[in-house]
Amino acid sequence: MDASDSSRWAEESGAFFTLEPGVMKLGGRWTIETSVPLDQKLRALHIGSGSRIEIDGSALERLDSTGAWLLVRTTRSLGASGCQIAGLKVPARYDRLVNTLNRKQETPKRPNIPTSAIAERLFRIGKSTTHALMQGGRILSYLGRITVESVEMALAPRKNLRLAAIIHQVEECGVSALPIVGLLAFLVGVVLAYQGADQLKRFGAEVFTINLLGVGMLRELGGLITAIIVAGRSGSAFTAHLGTMRVNEEIDAMQTMGLNTADTLVLPRIIGLVISLPILTFFADVLGVIGGAALCYFQLSITIPAFLRQLMEAISVNTLMVGLIKAPVFALVISLVGCYEGFQVERNAASVGLLTTRSVVESVFLVILLDAAFSVVFTVLGI
Amino acid sequence: MKMMGSEDVVIRVRGLVNGFGTKILHDHLDLDVYRGEVLGVVGGSGSGKSVLLRTIIGLNSPREGAIEVFGQRTGYAEGTRMRAIEVRWGVLFQEGALFSSQTVAENIQVPLREYTSMPQTLMDEIADMKIAMVGLPPDSAAKHPSELSGGMKKRAALARALALDPELLFLDEPTSGLDPISANQFDELIRDLQESLGLTVFMVTHDIDSLRATTDRVAVLVGGAIKTGTIAELQKDPTPWIHDYFCGPRGRAALAH
Repeated sequence: MDASDSSRWAEESGAFFTLEPGVMKLGGRWTIETSVPLDQKLRALHIGSGSRIEIDGSALERLDSTGAWLLVRTTRSLGASGCQIAGLKVPARYDRLVNTLNRKQETPKRPNIPTSAIAERLFRIGKSTTHALMQGGRILSYLGRITVESVEMALAPRKNLRLAAIIHQVEECGVSALPIVGLLAFLVGVVLAYQGADQLKRFGAEVFTINLLGVGMLRELGGLITAIIVAGRSGSAFTAHLGTMRVNEEIDAMQTMGLNTADTLVLPRIIGLVISLPILTFFADVLGVIGGAALCYFQLSITIPAFLRQLMEAISVNTLMVGLIKAPVFALVISLVGCYEGFQVERNAASVGLLTTRSVVESVFLVILLDAAFSVVFTVLGI
Repeated sequence: MKMMGSEDVVIRVRGLVNGFGTKILHDHLDLDVYRGEVLGVVGGSGSGKSVLLRTIIGLNSPREGAIEVFGQRTGYAEGTRMRAIEVRWGVLFQEGALFSSQTVAENIQVPLREYTSMPQTLMDEIADMKIAMVGLPPDSAAKHPSELSGGMKKRAALARALALDPELLFLDEPTSGLDPISANQFDELIRDLQESLGLTVFMVTHDIDSLRATTDRVAVLVGGAIKTGTIAELQKDPTPWIHDYFCGPRGRAALAH
């Protein structure tokens, strides 16, 4: 590089070096701010092998560890390319820094395995398939363990039937969910009745909107909507709470104190949710029907007594029970998955987020899958 | 320590008041930290050492008082001005506060990526260099914080604090939780880095051995007030807590060398 080039560059960046026969002169501020252009220039630097060169940094204004690293690296690469380094001078106050960096010279090898895109894709498919299968097996064995624990607890009800914890869970998952579950069920009732009325009007059969609403809400939608809301609300809370306890080593602490975590943490959650979810479902059914009734009153001018008469004909206690019988099963699945994933959290912050997401996705998936299975079973049984 | 001009004051605290509820933790504190010195801050549990550090670095707003770092008031600096100060200091938190989802090398590169336009190859080199500088084995670059021991985590966190070549380093109990040998090595490391990089260090500690090994001056927080001086000066202080600290059995043993 010629002198004019280097001076122009020096003005822009505040750090420079010049090459003269046998000596490389450094100047300006070799710091982290100037490191990017300096790094490029130094990488491009080539000096014929066999030549003898002295590196003179005595005019440096400032040197920090990044600048010193560039200096040390350049010295080494010049040495490796066959140059003979006659000397390295820096202002006395930076001697120590350069020596520190020079002394520690091991650099690790970064593993760099090239992979093809297809192999990578296949690897991912295989990995997620085995993961899904293993996951099913693990949740099943977790269910087994929890069953054994609960039977043990039922057979020998020690003083640690944790009533306070269960009531707390009922409040957290049940009572505080009432407003949101009620509002959403009401709106779903309105939408169902509105769309039903719109279609049935073509046959002049508006009054059967009530049948559609009653059966749809009580048999399927009430339970399904409630379960999905609760999976998002409480299932995620279980995973995040237990996961954070794992991160903080609280669960390890409980285990070393001889506290059974299944008994103290998991069972209250499962029992609490199994109690809450059927009640929430019933609440959602009622609010959904009220929403439908409101729409029928305003849109179809069906009075409340007429609505109730038609509803009585459309549904029976069986319809309600078919909806409600599914709720405890959904509750078991949601709480089991939520707690299981909570215990899978590793000791880092990202893991809590990852497993909470997974917990919600898995429990919503299982809830819908089970709902479909129930439908098939009920059809076969003729209920 | 010789008298210094005001341009050499890196941290200036004036009339600082901090407290929780009705409890007053700091009662009108004044403190100066000079360029190039290592200041140790000691005090009993709950005397507000960490709160003082958090207040200076802007994580805690004081009830009253002014704090200047590099001549800029931190409580009032916001956005780009605060960031201009933040790139000039590094903070080592008590538990390291490494980002658990990233490797040690990635942790060190976080500030580099944010504040510089370095190419990845240079960032990798800088990360390896900082890792060597704090005395970690080269293979720790690819490890996650959960795979490191307590002492290694502190070293890795120190490497991250040093990533941007700061002028000012805050250390919150750097040797707590380390065995005596690691603690000694850490003290030497801090002194070594301080001398070779010309750092100013603000160090909160419990450890009287560390104080002796690393600090130029010591600030003692006691009863809401602060007393500063060299260890020799503070040993003559009549305040009961300071007397017990420096002249109690542990203090005497540590300072007897």
